[in-house]
Amino acid sequence: MNNARSAVPGLAIAIAVLIAGLLLALTVGRYPVGLGDLISVLYAKVVGHRADVPPAVESVILQVRGPRVIAAMLVGAALAVAGTAFQGLFRNPLVSPDILGASSGAALGAVVGIYLSLGVFAIQTVAFVGGLIAVGIVYVIGASVRSRDPILVLVLTGVVVGSLFGAGVGLVKYLADPYNQLPAMTFWLLGSLSATGVNDLFPLFGPVAVGAAVLVALRWRMNVMSLPEEEARALGVATGPLRIAIVAAATLVTSASVATAGIIGWVGLVVPHLARSLVGPDFARLLPAAAILGGGYLLLIDTLARTMAQVEIPLGILTAVIGTPFFIWLLASVQKNWS
Amino acid sequence: MILEGRQLSIGYPDRVVGAGLNVKVGKGEVLALLGPNGGGKTTLLKTLLGLLAPKAGEVRLDGAALSSRSVRERARLIACVPQTHVATFAFSVETVVLMGRTAHGDLFSRPTSKDRMVAAAMLDRLGIAQLAQRPYTMISGGERQLVLLARALAQEPQFIVLDEPTANLDFGNQGKVMREIRGLASSGLGVLFTTHDPNHALRAADRAYLLRGGERLAEGPVSEILTREWLEALYGAPVQMIVAKAGTAFIPG
Repeated sequence: MNNARSAVPGLAIAIAVLIAGLLLALTVGRYPVGLGDLISVLYAKVVGHRADVPPAVESVILQVRGPRVIAAMLVGAALAVAGTAFQGLFRNPLVSPDILGASSGAALGAVVGIYLSLGVFAIQTVAFVGGLIAVGIVYVIGASVRSRDPILVLVLTGVVVGSLFGAGVGLVKYLADPYNQLPAMTFWLLGSLSATGVNDLFPLFGPVAVGAAVLVALRWRMNVMSLPEEEARALGVATGPLRIAIVAAATLVTSASVATAGIIGWVGLVVPHLARSLVGPDFARLLPAAAILGGGYLLLIDTLARTMAQVEIPLGILTAVIGTPFFIWLLASVQKNWS
Repeated sequence: MILEGRQLSIGYPDRVVGAGLNVKVGKGEVLALLGPNGGGKTTLLKTLLGLLAPKAGEVRLDGAALSSRSVRERARLIACVPQTHVATFAFSVETVVLMGRTAHGDLFSRPTSKDRMVAAAMLDRLGIAQLAQRPYTMISGGERQLVLLARALAQEPQFIVLDEPTANLDFGNQGKVMREIRGLASSGLGVLFTTHDPNHALRAADRAYLLRGGERLAEGPVSEILTREWLEALYGAPVQMIVAKAGTAFIPG
């Protein structure tokens, strides 16, 4: 389960989940599309001429489902990669990407944006900046408190600042117009990709690509960073600057996905663990496996969200329904798996 | 090349643990650090490793201040074998040993084939090559101590510092680690280790440094320093010395 020879089947499983997620997400829905039609539309797109299918089919695949599928993959991959990075950095397999307050900061930014009746793009920007600010505050406070355990101080500061931002969200919701604004806030806080269009993809892709590239480039150092602080330094790693780089990269990735899709919990907790059980803990293999698996996982969840009932079910609710029993199982088996 | 602490005051931001300490280890030499709990042994080790800044005085290595070197340069000169601990993630033994090569690569590099050869050679040297693909979390405490020693050797340092290398080990593994420490010195490394067992110091070390209450009680060749009188003064407790044809041993009386 942990050696080099077993990494290939693990990665193959992750890729299979992603492909299954892609096929289901593009074909299943209120307007079902056959596999043959899907293939001919995608093939026609690649070679650059018109496909021999009804225009409605092409439009459903390319305009309606396409952007949403890409967004789901990016958000799932982003949350999984950020969760993987934070779990390593905090040496704890039970932390998630919002441990340092990225989600609560983004949530406050978004509800303020909705309260001020800003446009969609402005709301996303405010949410993105809110996430960065929250983590920035946590980091500055955490770094200025003198302690022998900087990691613990950072996590506790994250909890405290996160709950303060949560109180801010509560206040804005309390002040909001209950007929127009409150439903929009609630919908955003529960997470959804239903409003995602082509224009949302670039603001999502840019930060996710930059953050993920930094994390992948640092993959070997991240292995060493998962050792106790002093041990990592004795091995020649300048832990202080490296921790800032990893936190910044993971926060960039998290904030961009929260700004696009709202609060989607559990993915960043569950997927890194699944990926670790597939390819082992070495970040060189774990990061790509988590990204692929996270993309496939959120695609499956999102397809479920838009097909299982007459109305769309918020993503955050589905991920919680799946995540909670998983987390309990994780707690019960953690002893066996990590020590 | 000498690792040396001069007139060191050691401690943490909020408290001083020891003062006026002069410590010296040369290459090919083993120095054992003994003293009661809370006497400052671990703090002194961390200071000599550069993990903790001295409150006064300085640590010098090869004639230059340790603080003038980068974290990475230090790691290529001094390696540390920490007390064994339970790891969070189930890295393979090979990966753990490869982490010892980190200081030989740059910020973005991955282990090279040369790094893998060095890691394999160190596992081989300690007789644990068969563990290479096992998860570090699934091996015994004695094996883990040897893996951490292999990781320190993979750093290809000039000095190795070990924090209670025999704690948590069974009787047989204690002997094995002591033999390995002797072997490190004969291969030219300078070695500094802490221990609670004077017998280990007697067997593996050239010199002993007795640390009590943050001050140096005595220092010198083990044959002169490890005596009943000094040990009783060090621990504030009666000690029995047993002399036999095969050697000398101490037991707490």
